[in-house]
Amino acid sequence: MSELRSAAVPPLSDSDHVRGPGDAPLLIEYADFECPFCGALEVQLADAVVRRVFRHFPVRSSHPRAWAAACAAEAAALQGRFWEMHESLFADQARLEDPHLWERARRLGLDVARFDDDRRSEAVRERVRRDFESGVRAGVVTTPTVFAGSTVHSGSIAASDLSVL
Amino acid sequence: MSAGTAEVRETIIAAGEPVPEFTLRREDGTKFRREDLEGKTSVLVFYPAAFSPVCNEQLSLYQEVLDEFTARGATLYGVSVDNAWSLKAFREKLGTEIEQLSDFEPKGATCRAFGVYHPRGFAQRALVVVGPDCVVKWSYQAPSPADLPGANLIFDALSE
Repeated sequence: MSELRSAAVPPLSDSDHVRGPGDAPLLIEYADFECPFCGALEVQLADAVVRRVFRHFPVRSSHPRAWAAACAAEAAALQGRFWEMHESLFADQARLEDPHLWERARRLGLDVARFDDDRRSEAVRERVRRDFESGVRAGVVTTPTVFAGSTVHSGSIAASDLSVL
Repeated sequence: MSAGTAEVRETIIAAGEPVPEFTLRREDGTKFRREDLEGKTSVLVFYPAAFSPVCNEQLSLYQEVLDEFTARGATLYGVSVDNAWSLKAFREKLGTEIEQLSDFEPKGATCRAFGVYHPRGFAQRALVVVGPDCVVKWSYQAPSPADLPGANLIFDALSE
């Protein structure tokens, strides 16, 4: 049984996926790779100078392949290629079946057999689940949800909101 | 007061109050009543409309942590004024195991008895945790039907 009572969104930690300049505003994003609004946010933030943390928030009955995609990204992370897989998945959100995931891994130069073992492993599932549960505790209810300082944006994010970010 | 003819109340039922008599319909048309809540902890998830975007997200989210509710001995039920066939189709579309209960006829009677009937003819977005003794342990009504209460609020209530 997991602890799921309310708690603040966890601060940036060593186990997070983070990129962007260290002195830029920090965005902590809960998202999933099958979510169209998350895909739109990727485009909206493409040129933003921000330090981004990506955390998984897959919800199966809305997005049946979101868990598989999240585990694929974590399996790629174990070979040092999280952000490359992240970009690959968001670049084409309609192809998330197993053969598509293998093909993405192959194109990124990953050891595909290892990738396939890892993405099905308990450790990878736990890693995704940990992100998801931290989001539940912080009151995340939809994707994307972005924590930026003391403000929270969720769902479809307007350009006017982004300018604040 | 007899079953199915519960009082109308204007504000959501509060912690410490006994659950009123009510009659909802399961997917198969059979009745679901107050006594069906006895002996276990239940979470009644009142929501405005099957197939609407926020209700989709809400039930999808709760489904994702359904094992955790079960581990705490809590059974979730969705309640709306849609008819039973619509709720069956909605549940199947979502692939959720959360049982859906219909407050279709007389429309909204159970919602009114729990104080969660929206004046425009649908259930408010509200949560009611009921203990095994049929006394309300916790209740919450979202500020507006468009606001989706996080699952964390229910876990907080179940931990008290």
